[in-house]
Amino acid sequence: MDVNKSVQENKALGAQAQKKYKDLAMNIIRKYGIFLIFIAMCIVLSMLSPSFLKIRNLTIVVRQISIIAIVAMGVTMVIITGGIDLASGSVIALVSVMTAKFAHPNTYPVFVPVLVGLAIGSFTGMISGTIVAKGKIPPFIATLGMMTAARGAALLISDGKPIGDFSKEFEYIGGGHFLNVPVPILILIGVIILTHILLSSTKFGKYIYAIGGNENAAVVSGVNVDKVKIMLFTYAGLLSALASIIMTSRISSGQPGAGQGFELDAIASAVIGGTSLNGGIGTIPGTIVGALIIGVLNNGFDLLGINPYWQPIVKGAIIVGAVLLDERKNRSK
Amino acid sequence: MERENILVIENVSKAFPGVQALDNVQLKVGKGTVHALMGENGAGKSTLMKVLLGIYRPDSGTITFKGEKLEVQNIHQALQSGISMIHQELTNVPYMTVAENVYLGREPLYKSGLVKMKEMENNTRELLERLEIKINPRAKMKDLSIANMQMVEIAKAISFNADLIIMDEPTSAITDKEVEHLFKIIRGLKATGVSIIYITHKMDEVFKIADDVTVFRDGKFVGTEASANMTKDKLIEMMVGRELKNVFFKQPAEIGDVILSVKGLSREGEFENVSFDLRKGEILGISGLMGAGRTEVMECLFGITKATSGEIYINGKQVKIKSPRDSIKHKMALLTEDRKLTGCFLVLPVRDNMVMASINDYAKGFLLDKRGINRTCENEKGKLDIKTPSMDQRIKFLSGGNQQKVLISRWLLTHPDILILDEPTRGIDVGAKAEIHKLMSGLAAQGKAIIMISSELPEIMGMSDRILVMSEGKQIGILDREEATQEKIMKYATGMVN
Repeated sequence: MDVNKSVQENKALGAQAQKKYKDLAMNIIRKYGIFLIFIAMCIVLSMLSPSFLKIRNLTIVVRQISIIAIVAMGVTMVIITGGIDLASGSVIALVSVMTAKFAHPNTYPVFVPVLVGLAIGSFTGMISGTIVAKGKIPPFIATLGMMTAARGAALLISDGKPIGDFSKEFEYIGGGHFLNVPVPILILIGVIILTHILLSSTKFGKYIYAIGGNENAAVVSGVNVDKVKIMLFTYAGLLSALASIIMTSRISSGQPGAGQGFELDAIASAVIGGTSLNGGIGTIPGTIVGALIIGVLNNGFDLLGINPYWQPIVKGAIIVGAVLLDERKNRSK
Repeated sequence: MERENILVIENVSKAFPGVQALDNVQLKVGKGTVHALMGENGAGKSTLMKVLLGIYRPDSGTITFKGEKLEVQNIHQALQSGISMIHQELTNVPYMTVAENVYLGREPLYKSGLVKMKEMENNTRELLERLEIKINPRAKMKDLSIANMQMVEIAKAISFNADLIIMDEPTSAITDKEVEHLFKIIRGLKATGVSIIYITHKMDEVFKIADDVTVFRDGKFVGTEASANMTKDKLIEMMVGRELKNVFFKQPAEIGDVILSVKGLSREGEFENVSFDLRKGEILGISGLMGAGRTEVMECLFGITKATSGEIYINGKQVKIKSPRDSIKHKMALLTEDRKLTGCFLVLPVRDNMVMASINDYAKGFLLDKRGINRTCENEKGKLDIKTPSMDQRIKFLSGGNQQKVLISRWLLTHPDILILDEPTRGIDVGAKAEIHKLMSGLAAQGKAIIMISSELPEIMGMSDRILVMSEGKQIGILDREEATQEKIMKYATGMVN
């Protein structure tokens, strides 16, 4: 009798423990879902292709995604406020040709083209932000306008032609190495740390979440919503400019056609990384994993020699799949 | 003489989590009569109408319509069985024409599937002409005045040739002239045998148009009388007379100097000429029926909307308040009426919800003092007994009472001198309600000045030192605690002042 009882108790305990582990596992999957998918992708790829895990290959992947990832961090912050930024691709083109004009050898010191580029990117962002905040126009429309106009400006300034011939110092930004690490990767890491802190640990960051979480409540709580929006779009423009400078330097050419479709890849990275288009939800690490997933996917297709036309199809499926996963996660708490 | 009833509702009950919205109510509407339905906010009028339209299913009871048991699942079926409704809020599509709105959802079609526009327009024109409403059926809805929009809604409800038309405060948006017009239409409908349930807060209308009047209170049936046998005083007595139970009374607090003075505050189209003084340690209750403009006054005072005229003095000095930021600087706090719409950041953690209004206290450098924030939050959690598994929990998963406590903390953390609480205990359970009342009493004892809007008379009477009553955008009067009775407040709230 006693034995039976203790067996039953043990069984109950076992079941409890099992349930506990199951809950724990579910929690981990919920919390780190997209990250686990990324790890799984890496494991599968490393089994299929021995060259995947080589440092050289991984460096290539990270350097490839660095440009989109930098843009995507700005876009992520905009999406967290419940907005969208369509202008980043065109801003990259505009900054690219403007930077190139000042980057010829024996003209200006290297900080001039860099500052010009950053200033122009920030300025376009400030205009978009002001239109959104003061004009009460949806970000979709405001940045659609900026997207079209900035592309036109890029073509006008460059007369539709690429601008080349850069100083050594300028080419170092996209092509150089520091302590054996490519400079773009170092810049990427710096931007990740800075932006993550900005979003997670400053008043500005909290206000971004507040606006996306409930703009009315943010106003009532004393948040200067207009100011935060303008600052945010300005920062997003600055990041687009930084990405553009790296790319212009790397391909040694200021291209008026550069950045085509980058805005959508940036949005895709944010969304895959768990950023909610409804606002209020999203993180920088999430977006970086989102960008890495796209990067690893492209790399994997290259390594395995799969017809590259498959890439966009799989990418599309991943975007939708990631959002479906998030939907379920958010609904089931 | 037994009259013929078109609608007989018997023993209908309906409960929602935490509230018995309808408790064994009855209603008998005679054929070809106008039956007024009255009661305070939350008396159960709207719930019963939603049951009639099939939006809610009753937990028990029977509804007999035209001699048969009424069983409808949705508005569409209700319309088919002969019940139509004019909603209190306008429900039109602004960019469609009057005719398209009248025929929305039942457009006459050609065999090809195209809409018979001409027929729709002609029928609508006939309908409007018959009702003597001068509106072009081809006009876009958005170009009409609010009053004309309401007249279109009325015409639409009539166009269904229903046997029973429910009118939910149909005169809240129209002028006296149009009210007369509406009454003429109603008399015409009566003559053709149509019955009308007329929901209103306005006493005068009841005596002008209704044959019978039924009063609900707290989801319970109070009584039905022929309006000819009714007096205003009797009606008010039926509407109020709630039991004063489960109410926390404000503890005596030392009433100090005037801290806030509002003079002639007006906002066009919302409210006019609101003036009052608020003293330290005092709770000023704001009472009134729905749509009296109470929330609008407070939103304006707090700088969410702009006043058309009026002056605000804090500690004797005139202040200009252009935004909530200015109000917070002047040590004011506003707990808004709608937790979801203007209160909670639903997807954000409890922690962020709590500190959002006082975050400057933790932003001395570039980085936030996260440890300080956590300490404060844990402290508040203990003080207000907020039940949450962790500070990281999204606030949307908390109960209404706990959400409200988090929002109250948000404002207490700004160290306000003046707290404006708009329906602080709406939709939360009895326990949390008592805690909030106790907290308010304690704050007043500390010398804080509190303004409390509430639609519950017992709450208003239990907690307030003085009671400001509003009706239709006007301040009717301020009652002292001693002179306030439920009857008196209700008289003021219905605009019945001599």
